[in-house]
Amino acid sequence: MFLRELGIVPGAAAQTKLGTGSPSAKLTNLSRRGFVGGSGLFVLGIALAGCDTYVEPDVDASAFNLGDPGASPLTDVGGGDATPGLWIAISEDGTVNITCHRSEMGQQVWTSMAQIVADELEADWDTVSITQAEGHERYGDQNTDGSRSVRYNFHRLRVAGAAMRHMLTEAAAMFWEVEASDCTADAGLVRNNKSGETLGYGNLAELAAKQPIPAEDAITLKEPGQWRFIGQEVPSLTIPKITRGEGQFGIDVDVPGMVHAVVARPPQVFGRTGTVDDAAALKVQGVIQTVRLPDAKAPALFQPLGGVAVVAKDTWAAIQGRNALNIAWGDGPNAAYDSQEYGETLKAASRRKGAVQRSRGDVYADLSGAAKTVSAEYFAPHLTQSPMEPPSGTARWTGEKLECWGCVQDPQETRNVLSEALGIDKANITVTPTWLGGAFGRKSKPDFMIEAALIAKEVGKPVKVTWTREDDVRHGFYHAVSAQRMEAGLDETGACTSWLHRTTFPSISSTFANGVSSPSAGEVGMGATDVPFAAPNLRIEAGEAKGHVRTGWLRSVCNIFHAFAVQSFAGELAHAAGRDQKDYLLDLIGPDRVIDPASEGAQYGNYGGSAEEYPIETARLKAVAEKAAGMAQWGRTMPERHGLGIAVHRSFLAYVATVIEAKVSEDGKLTIPGVWVAIDAGTVINPRHVRAQMEGGTIYGLSNALYGEITAKNGAIVQDNFPSWRLMKMAEAPRAFEVEILRSNKPPAGVGEPGTPPAAPALANAIFAATGTRFRTLPMIGANGTRLPLGNPSTKA
Amino acid sequence: MAITLKINGREEQVDAAPGTPLLWVLRDHLKLTGTKFGCGVAQCGACTVHIDGKPTRSCVLPHESLDGAAVTTIEGLSGSAADAVRNVWIEDDVPQCGYCQSGQIMAASALISENGNPSDGDIDKAMTNLCRCATYMSIRRAIKKAAQKA
Repeated sequence: MFLRELGIVPGAAAQTKLGTGSPSAKLTNLSRRGFVGGSGLFVLGIALAGCDTYVEPDVDASAFNLGDPGASPLTDVGGGDATPGLWIAISEDGTVNITCHRSEMGQQVWTSMAQIVADELEADWDTVSITQAEGHERYGDQNTDGSRSVRYNFHRLRVAGAAMRHMLTEAAAMFWEVEASDCTADAGLVRNNKSGETLGYGNLAELAAKQPIPAEDAITLKEPGQWRFIGQEVPSLTIPKITRGEGQFGIDVDVPGMVHAVVARPPQVFGRTGTVDDAAALKVQGVIQTVRLPDAKAPALFQPLGGVAVVAKDTWAAIQGRNALNIAWGDGPNAAYDSQEYGETLKAASRRKGAVQRSRGDVYADLSGAAKTVSAEYFAPHLTQSPMEPPSGTARWTGEKLECWGCVQDPQETRNVLSEALGIDKANITVTPTWLGGAFGRKSKPDFMIEAALIAKEVGKPVKVTWTREDDVRHGFYHAVSAQRMEAGLDETGACTSWLHRTTFPSISSTFANGVSSPSAGEVGMGATDVPFAAPNLRIEAGEAKGHVRTGWLRSVCNIFHAFAVQSFAGELAHAAGRDQKDYLLDLIGPDRVIDPASEGAQYGNYGGSAEEYPIETARLKAVAEKAAGMAQWGRTMPERHGLGIAVHRSFLAYVATVIEAKVSEDGKLTIPGVWVAIDAGTVINPRHVRAQMEGGTIYGLSNALYGEITAKNGAIVQDNFPSWRLMKMAEAPRAFEVEILRSNKPPAGVGEPGTPPAAPALANAIFAATGTRFRTLPMIGANGTRLPLGNPSTKA
Repeated sequence: MAITLKINGREEQVDAAPGTPLLWVLRDHLKLTGTKFGCGVAQCGACTVHIDGKPTRSCVLPHESLDGAAVTTIEGLSGSAADAVRNVWIEDDVPQCGYCQSGQIMAASALISENGNPSDGDIDKAMTNLCRCATYMSIRRAIKKAAQKA
């Protein structure tokens, strides 16, 4: 996610604005005869690195025919460079190849990016193919994180597509010797409206490349009513391959002469590697050598953790060799870390006043005079992202150039850190993302790629580093453990007059700088300081907490524990007031208005969106809440031991409400008969993708809330593999799941993460409605449990 | 010592250390990377292949134990159940990242081959593969639909 938005890494890398200028310097003069037959592959646009199956892309910097950057008037439209040749290549056979600069991890970004371009281009969808871009500044931001691929690129990709359409139309007009206004682009053809003749884009490509790139004001973007792909359920460009076992993930990369490595890492972050006895490891059949990696030094950044790599002919031999290593690990500064004890420290901190993050009125005065006060404490543990594909990186060092392939969310940052870690000029480093077998934030931390590069440089052969599941669980960048204390004052009618929220958790910043013990504004802005409630007195405070593991971002980040506390507490207040949960929630939100946390002292980043384009609108929050409630038939008579719970939360600029039905037996067996989700994400590119993200994001939240827990003892992570780290399974998943997307023409918001935050509190509210037991501590069941511990007071905090 | 395995109808010579699980023979030796590594302890099902038609987790299966057995991977999976599963998977956008889906498709195809009308309980029992993207609801719907078409 967005370190810069979190304010964690100052000095964003300078963005080089390169246009492609004239799309090709190699064009020959067009003659009418050129349209007949044609031979060879003519490409309109720049030559592109990689291809959609991308094994061994032949990356040659000179192949990027960038031309004169000054010749493109579209290098700086809203969102970045929209020079059409950067994004689109049209071959003589009519293939429209679209460059996707974001990483494909199941959010269907290949398809959605292509939909945007192809729509304005008036392409024939059946001719569309994708090239995965390598990491390079010319593409602008490639950090596929923070649920922002669509919103960052929607405008400029439309402009790029429209500019290319404009050039194709101009080319056809020139060929037919008519006005461009007499020509219409439609589904991969340009039609001469006077004669009825048509020319395919493939035939026009060469002449179109000679047309000047139009300025933005010369381009007419289509009206939403004219969209043919945007907003439609366009079929996926990846799924047919997936069903045949094709497509390439990071772990599938195969480079000629490649060897395989796994790494034994110190159990503690900043633990030391002492004496190493590798005699037995070297005797394992297939093992080639071992490589000692340097110890990590604080701050952690994205550096590898150190340890010893075992290099072998295949992955299994490397794993067996690692098992045979005898390493004396030395303690580091986190040797005493015990996450359970630390949880108590966080809870104690949240009982003291913290640093004020946002304030209006006088909460403490109101609390002391309120007709009724309610307080509650919530706890959530460390979590790990655990994508099904563990991290994997492949590197080849030629003595001059370093080539890397792998499942990275941010190929540019990967390139930056490789340059720093290996002392190689960035110009000599290429990083090409594969498909990502899930990511959820883990794969924007490229420690695994640095490992691959360090080992490759040492052994003189291409190396693939594979992380086993144990490695992934034990050596992650963990979601922060957290404690939240909530207090509220209610008046005689039960209305909330004061809202106090104290949040305490180690900051992601502690991974990137020494001595950090306070959260960043971006972190508290994810669900705490942007609280949309209307109570006249409101105060958000943050406590101090130090990090002892590598703290990193995980799908929806701090929204997880903030929404859990805020939306659970809303349910608790409704109960205290004797009111219906949904009605009370809508009253807490209050009248239609725009929330401006900054006006009450918050440093609010709004996920990088402007307050003008993406205001916090309570009307939209209430609309999704009403919608989800309606879908669930809120208010219906529930069977015995069934309950409905609701939560509504805005994150990543999208508004999501979740209603869950929980059924809980007397002995605590939980089933989830139904989930109803309503989302307002503004303009939607593909409703299928949004529904999938709502299902997936919700289950991600439920899985974590019910079972997910990473603990540390003596500085080392206790869990190692499934099922000690447990995910929800098919049999435990909701039986019915409905998603409604509210129609909106507002700017596009994120959809990858916003489904997650409301899931846990909606479930907690549902379980309370079903049983009268309030779960304030996560996970509710844990890795080893089979039942909700209804009678266990420890769950009730 | 090289041994011969029958994989997707072809005889393949394999020279891997004794005890090497079929998964790594497929992926590293035969370059059949459609079968995925997820946990190495037969918990997640990403490595599911068919051994004589039965869904089997290849990450804990020593390859030398497969003398004479017919191994089918996602690359070689065929037949009416497989076709139905693939078609519905594509029509309904079942996968998200796709990493676990080779295993899901191997398990679902085997289920549908045996059971033309699987109940929710049958699906729960047969489909124990993990999916972190949580495509479970889509898979359940798709299996029911594919069973009607197979």
